[in-house]
Amino acid sequence: MEYIIEAENLNVYFDELHILKGVSLKIPKNTVTALIGPSGCGKSTFIRTLNRMNDLISTFRMDGTVLLDGEDIYNPKVDVVDLRKRVGMVFQKPNPFPKSIFDNVAYGLRVHGINDKDILEHKVEEALKGAALWDEVENILDKSAMGLSGGQQQRLCIARTIAVEPEVILMDEPCSALDPISTTKIEDLIHKLKKDYTIIIVTHNMQQATRVSKYAAFFLHGEIVENGRTEQIFLEPCDQRTEDYITGRFG
Amino acid sequence: MSRWNEEFFIEKGLLLTAVSSIIIITLIIVFIFKEGLPAIQSYGFINFIFGMDWAPSSGQYGVFPMIIGSLGITALSLLMAVPLGILCAIFLAEVAPARMRKILNPTIQTLAGIPSVVYGFFGLILLVPFMRIHFGGTGFSMFTASIILTIMILPIIVSVSEDAIRSIPQEYKEASLALGATHWQTIKNVIFPAAIPGVITSVILGMGRAIGETLAIIMVAGNVVQIPGSIMDPVRALTSNIAIEMGYATGIHYNALFATGIVLIFMIIILLVLANYLHYKKKVTVGGGYL
Repeated sequence: MEYIIEAENLNVYFDELHILKGVSLKIPKNTVTALIGPSGCGKSTFIRTLNRMNDLISTFRMDGTVLLDGEDIYNPKVDVVDLRKRVGMVFQKPNPFPKSIFDNVAYGLRVHGINDKDILEHKVEEALKGAALWDEVENILDKSAMGLSGGQQQRLCIARTIAVEPEVILMDEPCSALDPISTTKIEDLIHKLKKDYTIIIVTHNMQQATRVSKYAAFFLHGEIVENGRTEQIFLEPCDQRTEDYITGRFG
Repeated sequence: MSRWNEEFFIEKGLLLTAVSSIIIITLIIVFIFKEGLPAIQSYGFINFIFGMDWAPSSGQYGVFPMIIGSLGITALSLLMAVPLGILCAIFLAEVAPARMRKILNPTIQTLAGIPSVVYGFFGLILLVPFMRIHFGGTGFSMFTASIILTIMILPIIVSVSEDAIRSIPQEYKEASLALGATHWQTIKNVIFPAAIPGVITSVILGMGRAIGETLAIIMVAGNVVQIPGSIMDPVRALTSNIAIEMGYATGIHYNALFATGIVLIFMIIILLVLANYLHYKKKVTVGGGYL
């Protein structure tokens, strides 16, 4: 199997807090991997380590290695801006910019130096179609993105992310603020996107994990208890703690 | 006392304080108009506003040069203070390390609290001779006054703008960085545009202080009633006019000083309405529920 991300013995600290404890995980290419586990177990911290978003926090410290296509992303020579272009991220709360729908999707392209109007229009349309939002916003591209519904905003954020053509998309509980119908739309979208992208999704929703992911990893207290194929984790977990969690005995 | 009574007295008490402050302000304005209007009536509205000569001894009361003086000093100081203040606010909010900010923020707030006479005295003793030596003339000029005003309004613009920038949700910043934007691109394209309504508020506050400033301007502007030919010419502001002549004004001259106050009030109203309209318009176009 081909792995796109390989985290090896990853330790993360915020000040004295030891958040991730020797986490090792390999993420297969062009599949969906779900990260599950109770709140505060380090799932979000883990994915934020993969695009170096934790660098924004001054108390962040880490050791271990994270390889993206075999290259250490924490190597001092690595260009963080370039890394984040390759590893996109969709956040828990839909966070479109207070700009027009078009400008939201074009934002990433523009900061990477694409200013040609025709190319922008083409890529924005492609990204919005890719995020299954085009039909709904086709005629209101110049309207503020703040006027969209929560589900539409989240798909806009996905469109914005895929517009810059990343290799990996990190999703941090992308449906937690959405209603069931919007959630279904995002899940359908994830199925569609996995052909072209590697997706890592953090979710608290067990059903969602089984619906969208092929692989899963169960986090508990900053460690990975178990990881493997999703159906194996859900149907025949090897570890008692995994079974307790997925059957709803805690968390 | 029953709970109902308590609520009643608190509500009425709040109403009373609100009403009394409004009444006090209204009475002051009524008084100013009562004292000022006779001068405008006897000298003529057009003659008063657009008159070029202010010579109380020969009965001439034209305030136009002073309107230009006030506007000129204010505009010039905003021209210097706004870009400087905004860049400084961006630096403090986004770039400066935490420890540096801890030292700079209280310093800037202290600067905002220094009385204007101190700034004026500083200007008189240091800046005026400096200008005289390097730019010629007397050193008392519109430009000198603008520099002092710039220093005085900078702290306001910096601290209010900084708050505006800092109140932009972290999510915007993260979203932008996650798309591979650099920090500066994020500031320029996302954080600052979203903060513009707050930045406009800071400019309004700075402008309010600039146009109302009296003492510091008297000390360095030269106070000659004339339309300045260049920024290096001395000018007199409306505020200065009242302060300089109030000691010996009688009769129509006395009324004319109050009329100067009326002009000042209307000027400030017009500027505030303009600025608030800009602020409102910007807020509508950026959308979103913040600020």
